[in-house]
Amino acid sequence: MTRKRVNIKIKELKSDLGVIRDLELAFGKVIEEKWDEPMGPTPFPGMTTLRDWDMKLLQRYKPFYLPFCDVCCLCTFGKCDLTGDKRGACGLNMAAQQSRIVLLACCIGAATHIAHARHLIEHLMEKYGPNSPLDVGGLNIDVEAPVTRLVCGIKPEKLRDLEEALDYCEEQVTHCLSVTHTGQEGSNLDFESKVLHVGMVDQLGMEIADLAQTSVLGFPKADPEAPLTDLGFGVADISKPTILVIGHNVPSSVGIIDYLTDKGLLGKAEVVGICCTAHDITRYSSMAKIVGPISWQLRYIRSGLADLIVVDEQCIRADTLVEAQKVKTPVIASSPKSCLGLENRTETPSEKTISDLVEEKVPGVLILDPDKVGEVAVETVMKVAPKRNRFKIIPKIEEVIKAAQECTECNECRRACPNDQPIPEAMKAAAKGDLNPLAEILESCVGCARCDSACPNDFPIHSFLVKAGEKQLAKEKFKMRVGRGAIQDVEIREVGQPIVFGDIPGVVAIVGCANYPHGGKEVAEIAEEFAKRRFIVVTSGCAAMSIAMVKDEEGKTLYEKYLGAFDAGGIVNVGSCVSNSHIAGAAIKIANIFAKRKLRANYEEIADYIHNRVGAVGLAWGAYSQKAASIAAGFWRLGIPVIVGPHGAKYRRMLLGRKDREKDWYVYDARTGDKVYVGPAPEHLFTTAETKEEAMVLIAKLCVRPNDTSKGRAIKLTHYIDLHKRLYGVMPDDIHLYVRNKNDVPITMKNELLKMLEEKGWKEMKIPDPTLLPRLIRKRKGE
Amino acid sequence: MSAKAEPWQTAEIAGPKKALLILKPEVVVAMVKRAKRPILIVGHHAAEDYSDDVKMIDYAIRMSKTTGIPVVATAHTISEFIKRDFHSVTCMPAMDIGNRLVDPEWKGLDGKGPYDLALFMGLPYYMEFVILAGLKSFSTNLKTISLDRFYNPHATWSFPNLSVKDWNESFEIIVNKLGGE
Ligand code: SF4
Ligand code: SF4
Ligand code: SF4
Repeated sequence: MTRKRVNIKIKELKSDLGVIRDLELAFGKVIEEKWDEPMGPTPFPGMTTLRDWDMKLLQRYKPFYLPFCDVCCLCTFGKCDLTGDKRGACGLNMAAQQSRIVLLACCIGAATHIAHARHLIEHLMEKYGPNSPLDVGGLNIDVEAPVTRLVCGIKPEKLRDLEEALDYCEEQVTHCLSVTHTGQEGSNLDFESKVLHVGMVDQLGMEIADLAQTSVLGFPKADPEAPLTDLGFGVADISKPTILVIGHNVPSSVGIIDYLTDKGLLGKAEVVGICCTAHDITRYSSMAKIVGPISWQLRYIRSGLADLIVVDEQCIRADTLVEAQKVKTPVIASSPKSCLGLENRTETPSEKTISDLVEEKVPGVLILDPDKVGEVAVETVMKVAPKRNRFKIIPKIEEVIKAAQECTECNECRRACPNDQPIPEAMKAAAKGDLNPLAEILESCVGCARCDSACPNDFPIHSFLVKAGEKQLAKEKFKMRVGRGAIQDVEIREVGQPIVFGDIPGVVAIVGCANYPHGGKEVAEIAEEFAKRRFIVVTSGCAAMSIAMVKDEEGKTLYEKYLGAFDAGGIVNVGSCVSNSHIAGAAIKIANIFAKRKLRANYEEIADYIHNRVGAVGLAWGAYSQKAASIAAGFWRLGIPVIVGPHGAKYRRMLLGRKDREKDWYVYDARTGDKVYVGPAPEHLFTTAETKEEAMVLIAKLCVRPNDTSKGRAIKLTHYIDLHKRLYGVMPDDIHLYVRNKNDVPITMKNELLKMLEEKGWKEMKIPDPTLLPRLIRKRKGE
Repeated sequence: MSAKAEPWQTAEIAGPKKALLILKPEVVVAMVKRAKRPILIVGHHAAEDYSDDVKMIDYAIRMSKTTGIPVVATAHTISEFIKRDFHSVTCMPAMDIGNRLVDPEWKGLDGKGPYDLALFMGLPYYMEFVILAGLKSFSTNLKTISLDRFYNPHATWSFPNLSVKDWNESFEIIVNKLGGE
């Protein structure tokens, strides 16, 4: 299949017929120009096109490297010890190696979203036609693809239009990946610039995927009132055959729902999901339900509640098949990226595959046709469920107690546990019949089963935890608002000014995976704190699920208490991982729709606008994956700070500002060209918070922007100071850096703060029209 | 006291260059006494873990009171110091203090010059692990000591994995000997 189109652009052609200017020929596609905005400076930017912008950010937010590993083993020259000032056999030093690994991670992450988009679009074009219109919000959305327009300078209208952007993504990821080869890039900062580049490309890939599926599969279209769906371990009606879908790429799950619908079987079987496929299938159908985040795979499989498992791609446990076999649950793999060693039955007649699965002749099959997956999955589960009879491998209480009595308290389980859980102590209690400590551990458990692998007695410790927490788990049912998709243009018009002036103190994007240090409740707590404070809370992925998993005294979840509108005090679930692009899209649209900055291929200016004016900050409290790394990188290039939870320290480098270095915090005043000190706003581009308390204080502080009006700044400082005082027990010691004039001081704290300012020798500062780009200065001195 | 240099979290392997084992608490005493500019960094676990009656944070306070060593409290740990009526402590995120310690031009909390010894306690194990790795490779003239109960191999010196009892005893010796000549 040839995908590539050939485009030829000729600035000037002299021929016998005369001189022809600006001729554009395209083979394979006629370019119809329907967008009257002139092309901006950087359409389809290459790896170095935006390097100057990256270096501006990297000068201010210098990398702090945290080598997770002292050696490099990427080529046969190695292993090379890179500790200190040593260099590897290829000449690379530790800083460059760390940034190279960050780049590698981001390339993996971006490639994953982009390949996801590619499979999705190929499937949707084949099934629904390449001319299917793109529609993510009907009349409420004019700017349908802010990232695509910004990065590529194209305005896609049909499914097939996305291919051009997708081709570009694939090309850029290949280039960036090649940079990590031995003997390529040597400078850590240039590696970092490519990290930002591939992050931007990743954002584009995500937008393409979500644009396509939202438009064609009829997901909620930028709907603040998207319906509530059921979520929780006890969500399935266990009297019905249950299909569990796991992964991120929704077509096979859609195949299941469609088959059930066509055969009139809706309501006769349960379809429940884990991870982002669960998000997307609930965007597709109200009959689907969500079990929970990525970390719940093992507990659900081992509990025997799934009669059939369909995996697609990404974040699926590599031992799904092994675990499923233990509970006699057949598995259907449905993506070329995750075949699990299974026989390819795509061309086999469905009846044969179904009977082989039902008769347990094969533990699972690979089917690379979403509709066929639907048929085989449904027909199989109907026959398998009665045979399985919810067979599970969660031990009985007596078995847990007996094992606990044999536990030698050797500590191997605890030392293998990423969260250092006191399992030996809990086993000691269990030996005496008290299973509560084991149940408590389940609350903070990321479901990795490293404890199982480590135990010299081969105790299935994770299953012990599940047994201990079983009663509570079975009761758990919550409500989550399904992913609404994009943010409407009209919402942006309404909140643009309050965000840019600072009256809405910030936009907090709580996103990412479930590698939490102390369970998901902390995420819900953080979300509610900021919703109450009338920030705009945006969420997606596993974090959006965790936000649902807490109820108040009346039994209501946060999604039932707070609106889904992109407005102060809203909790806005945009959807799955790929829907993260809408969060970036909202920031971009603020610059474009509210501030009327040109969008088309105008990356640098828009990023400069966002960085200096839009008080947005990302929190990925449980980030674990390479995708999370590339998602963060996309936000960094837009100048949006990202905070990760403590496990995120293992991403190997932070991008940290130094508030004590005055010279780092100057911007140009676009009105005059003067260089003006604006304080450390925002202080960091990427950092780790050690505790939820620290995360909350950091969120409030990282929403400060140079452009805040005095009223806005006072509001932001009120939140920062209030949280600092409440959670740290003291006033912050850096307020003087954020007060530009006395009107910035929150009225309620005026006396206390003015005294503090005096002690610090504070002087009044100007409030500029801030930019880091000299070319945006409107009038230079002397002009 | 066992002397096996194994990282507490089994897979957190470091090296070739790994922390020397503190087999006797006197090593810490000597290092602190020899240091011209030591600093103590205390994470939030210091107020939570280890034993019901004695917490690491209490040792941190005693150490600082005895020697005048400046204390940085990371995350919300400052609130725990204040609860204990100890106020000469600077509040700073762990990443920020790590980042300053690799900067040879940083003049310290008091502006009087760079530190030559950083003692760590109470950070999440893996977070301290990577921060110490950063300091090992990127700081100049800085030695690090992990005072946690567990071997943290990227430090210059670290306790081996200790029982609470051994660890408490070590700390008593350190604090007492730091007080004397
Ligand atoms: S890539 Fe360079 S540092 Fe890594 S093993 Fe090869 S020679 Fe050594
Ligand atoms: S690893 Fe096994 S035997 Fe050792 S403490 Fe843990 S449960 Fe007990
Ligand atoms: S499964 Fe849970 S308890 Fe076991 S090692 Fe993983 S996080 Fe720790």
